[in-house]
Amino acid sequence: MAEINKCLDKTDFMKKQYRVALQNSGVINPENIDEYIAYDGYQALAKALTELTPQQVVDTIKDSGLRGRGGGGFPTGTKWQFALNQKNDTKFVCCNADEGDPGAFMDRSILEGDPHCLIEAMTIAGYAIGAKQGYVYIRAEYPVAVKRLQIAITQAKKYGFLGKNIFGSKHCFDLEIRLGSGAFVCGEETALMTSIEGNRGEPRVRPPFPAVKGLFGKPTVLNNVETFANIPPILLKGAKWLQGMGTEKSKGTKVFALGGKINNTGLVEIAMGTTLRTVIDEIGGGIPDGKKFKAAQTGGPSGGCIPAQHLDVPIDYDNLIALGSMMGSGGLIVMDEDNCMVDIAKFFLDFTKEESCGKCTPCRVGTTRLLEYLEKITEGKATMKDLDDMEALCEYIKDASLCGLGQTAPNPVLSTLKYFREEYEAHVKDNTCPAGICKSLLSYVVNDKCIGCTLCKRKCPVDAITGAVKEKHFIDMQKCIKCGVCMDICKFKAIDKK
Amino acid sequence: MAKIKLTKVPFNGTASQEAELRKKLAVTKNMSGGLMPSLQQAQEIYGYLPIEVQTIIADELNVSLEEVFGIATFYSQFTLNPQGKYQIAVCIGTACYVKGAGDILDRLAELLKIKSGDCTEDGKFSLLGTRCIGCCGLAPVLTVNADVYGKVGKADMERVLSNYKKD
Repeated sequence: MAEINKCLDKTDFMKKQYRVALQNSGVINPENIDEYIAYDGYQALAKALTELTPQQVVDTIKDSGLRGRGGGGFPTGTKWQFALNQKNDTKFVCCNADEGDPGAFMDRSILEGDPHCLIEAMTIAGYAIGAKQGYVYIRAEYPVAVKRLQIAITQAKKYGFLGKNIFGSKHCFDLEIRLGSGAFVCGEETALMTSIEGNRGEPRVRPPFPAVKGLFGKPTVLNNVETFANIPPILLKGAKWLQGMGTEKSKGTKVFALGGKINNTGLVEIAMGTTLRTVIDEIGGGIPDGKKFKAAQTGGPSGGCIPAQHLDVPIDYDNLIALGSMMGSGGLIVMDEDNCMVDIAKFFLDFTKEESCGKCTPCRVGTTRLLEYLEKITEGKATMKDLDDMEALCEYIKDASLCGLGQTAPNPVLSTLKYFREEYEAHVKDNTCPAGICKSLLSYVVNDKCIGCTLCKRKCPVDAITGAVKEKHFIDMQKCIKCGVCMDICKFKAIDKK
Repeated sequence: MAKIKLTKVPFNGTASQEAELRKKLAVTKNMSGGLMPSLQQAQEIYGYLPIEVQTIIADELNVSLEEVFGIATFYSQFTLNPQGKYQIAVCIGTACYVKGAGDILDRLAELLKIKSGDCTEDGKFSLLGTRCIGCCGLAPVLTVNADVYGKVGKADMERVLSNYKKD
């Protein structure tokens, strides 16, 4: 095993990575607690329970500078301190494993590859704030993760790492899994708690913050899976160890799910402060088929697109926000010259419109109207005034929405408008889609390479193609539904998309 | 939120299904926040949540039917309509989308002659554009029940469907 690891470490994909949250994923057998223990598992819990007071645990996390890895970047230790300060017999620890960001799968990987790490961290959190019960809210779309976490919980109970008087201390802690049912808004902390309570997952007004009044009205700490995965190593290696990695305000590492138009896809854990260029060109191995890089999308539906001129900015929470994007949960989707940025903005708004819970008007109606503008643009029916109105609407939605979903929903539009305005203008002024994606603005034309084989004519689903055998064919644009079948099947490259 | 469509297929739940459900509900009704787990169990038994099943849940948990309906329609995993024997789910997460998942969904809709979210008349296939299934390295990806097809193109769709057309 050690030798395999050594070889892997030398590959381009691995050599610039630094694995903390993912340290055991793919290394140990996740269904065997002994393997986790052999890799220092449950040592941090033993240390916390036998050597440290709850305040000392919280201080260590505070000193380390760890910030929430689920997107917001709120200091974890500060959050724990708020909950510790509350005087209440009943408190809860929750884990957000409802990885809703399309294109991010680091939480799934940790749950499937290292489930004991989450149990250990949540038990530590329970000790630190004085909670006896924890809930893991996990996506129903991840059945393997649910199964492995369930196995891990059973094993941990058998070994006495969960339950009563853990390690002979007074600390008692139990864990329960709750399944999400597919609602992106449940990634928002108050919505997630409302959902665990068995209701429609609608967010609540903050304050009161969950640390004061959270799950079932009790003080609650809620962290993301990746944040929890950082806790055991911090306690074992000390706050200074994490501080030694990263930038001034963002410490440690971050896992990104590298995907899209890139040669090496997968999970990438890098020290904060690494540049996007390193991630894309060196770790990711660049763009396939010699295509040109256009943008990197971070933060999913709440984030934005970062263009080529900003690839050398060191990645951390604050720099990404300054660029009009955000860290989010760590989806990193690479796009090349064949992707239309207006279409991407439309894709995200279509998502947020569907996923808006409907509780507040700015988000419910705002995202619908925003999507209508984008549809108008991609259909070539918009005016330049629409572009300005759309930008103004974005600001209203940002300012007036109740929760993070609405407040960040316009980001994909604003960031693409900022960096790729000329693409929007091409749709509006010239009625063309430069990337050749927006179907309403496309036309398929037969060129002179056509030998009249009639294959496309036979395959066209709407009989839009006419022409006799061995004669050049013709596509009737009135009938054409722009499905692209003709272009795909033509063996002579005789059909152009314009 | 899209307008709610209700199935016209008559409910044909069996007595043993109902007994199983009531047994499960006896546990979930004592959980704090047990309504969602109840609906999840019910959908596992029946495959969908027709009004008859929602009524049983409301009855057992002593909550209003309106509350049950409110939750069943809020979460995208719950379906009020019966699903096909083969459930085709095309991932339309970002990584899949930038690699052409939209075209794949369109192509399947065209081949099956149904819209996304619908079921074929013979009850064989249902089609859905689904949220990210978390295997972006395989993008674009689709699943048919438990079978996963990764790195597919729209030209592969006839071949994928042919695997299920025989029986």
